[in-house]
Amino acid sequence: MNLSDNIIEISDLSFKREDRIIYNDINLKVPRGKVTAIMGPSGIGKTTLLRLIGGQLLPNSGKILFNDENIVTASRKSLFKMRRKMGMLFQSGALFTEMSVFDNVAFPIREHTKLPESIINKVVLMKLEAVGLRGAAQLFPAELSGGMARRAALARSIALDPELIMYDEPFAGQDPISMAVIVRLIRELNDALGLTSIVVSHDVEEVLSIADYVYIIANQTVIAQGTPQQLRQEKSEQVIQFMEGRPDGPVPFHFPHQDYKKEMCNNVD
Amino acid sequence: MLTKTLLSLGNSGINFITGAGRAGMLLLGALKPSGRGVKFFPLLVKQLYVVGVQSLVIIVIAGLFIGMVLSLQGYSLLVGFGAEQSLGQMVALSLLRELGPVVSALLFAGRAGSALTAEIGLMKATEQLSSLEMMAIDPMHQIIAPRFWAGLISLPLLSAIFSAFGILGGHLVGVDWLGVDTGAFWAIMQASVDWNQDIATGLLKSMVFAVVITWIALHKGYDAVPTSEGISKATTSTVVTASLAVLGLDFILTALMFS
Repeated sequence: MNLSDNIIEISDLSFKREDRIIYNDINLKVPRGKVTAIMGPSGIGKTTLLRLIGGQLLPNSGKILFNDENIVTASRKSLFKMRRKMGMLFQSGALFTEMSVFDNVAFPIREHTKLPESIINKVVLMKLEAVGLRGAAQLFPAELSGGMARRAALARSIALDPELIMYDEPFAGQDPISMAVIVRLIRELNDALGLTSIVVSHDVEEVLSIADYVYIIANQTVIAQGTPQQLRQEKSEQVIQFMEGRPDGPVPFHFPHQDYKKEMCNNVD
Repeated sequence: MLTKTLLSLGNSGINFITGAGRAGMLLLGALKPSGRGVKFFPLLVKQLYVVGVQSLVIIVIAGLFIGMVLSLQGYSLLVGFGAEQSLGQMVALSLLRELGPVVSALLFAGRAGSALTAEIGLMKATEQLSSLEMMAIDPMHQIIAPRFWAGLISLPLLSAIFSAFGILGGHLVGVDWLGVDTGAFWAIMQASVDWNQDIATGLLKSMVFAVVITWIALHKGYDAVPTSEGISKATTSTVVTASLAVLGLDFILTALMFS
């Protein structure tokens, strides 16, 4: 079967939580073998988008194709089959706290394959070596630093050699060294293992340094897209405000409320 | 005003039905044969240890004390009629029919039920359940089902152990301390305790309590708001709801069995 050039194709996707619209007819494509970044201000639903792609949430309308198969209408069985080709690095790492780092990485392999322990042992050590944590194999998540926990979780998410890996805010709360390590790992793993990566983040410089293609999301839709170079040339006020981190602009500093002067005068007896 | 009241009533109704639906789906998911075969067994054994074995100490100690108190109270009542020889019968029937299943269920809700809710709530808050889903592993099979079956198996056994230690406590006080004849204590107990009427009904009660407590605990954890406040509320709610459910169901079951 010839698969399309895009591993993910999202078309006319709308999603709302109670009465709040998160996405309104959004369209987005993730090219195979590339690092695609999804950026935007906090609270606009970037993590929600990853959960929609993973089939953990269902949209109100629209299509999400993974390898040309619609995730939205897939049965639970075929959804699980598709998820075996996906990996996801959660913001918290989401390591199983009662298992060692080794067992965390071995867990998906033990669950989904019938490989003998001797082979599993080698695969796990290879994955841990790739993220620089072979020496921490017997430590427990509580004994790891934030950066190490995220790298261990990364090793677990590539344990089954997925086609797609989704990173949810991989740089959040990391010190500069850990951040540089993770930036390098995302790019190197993508190229060495032939993966496709989706990085959701609002760390502009880190993302632009590794992404092949970038989407900027705001106001429930994609407001800009292109290569990092194209986005640096973008003239839109909203994009410039986000890229340069300006406190005020099209995205207001003040949360919408009644007129300031009027409210202050009302409180004077 | 009327519209607001109606709206809030309607919302509460919808929330209740949605919650009940989710709880029902969770029970179905836990009961459904998972098809995981050999992989399910180690998970079940681990949970039997966590839910059952780790509750043993509190059950044994509580059983001993309850039996001792029953014996003291029973002796002071029976001695007035010169019927203190029937102390064994009174202690055994009270424990097997009522106190064994009910008190062990209340203790189980407080120790194991609250722990289950907190554990699953925390797994939800730390995205461990989501990560299982993303690894194409159903949390129902991996997390919920082993805990459910462990609760279902553990509580009737704990209840039996509670009653056994209660009788032992009753013997310690009645026979060894207050001087009731040991032969009469055991003989009258043996003659009056009926397998169907007393032991089987007690076991049946604790099985029903086991389903209800474990179901409530798992549902509250799985449905908890994934914040520290949400988990704390869910844990409290498990203990309160499960305890009240046990007491209410005990009345209904007793009425059905003995009336």
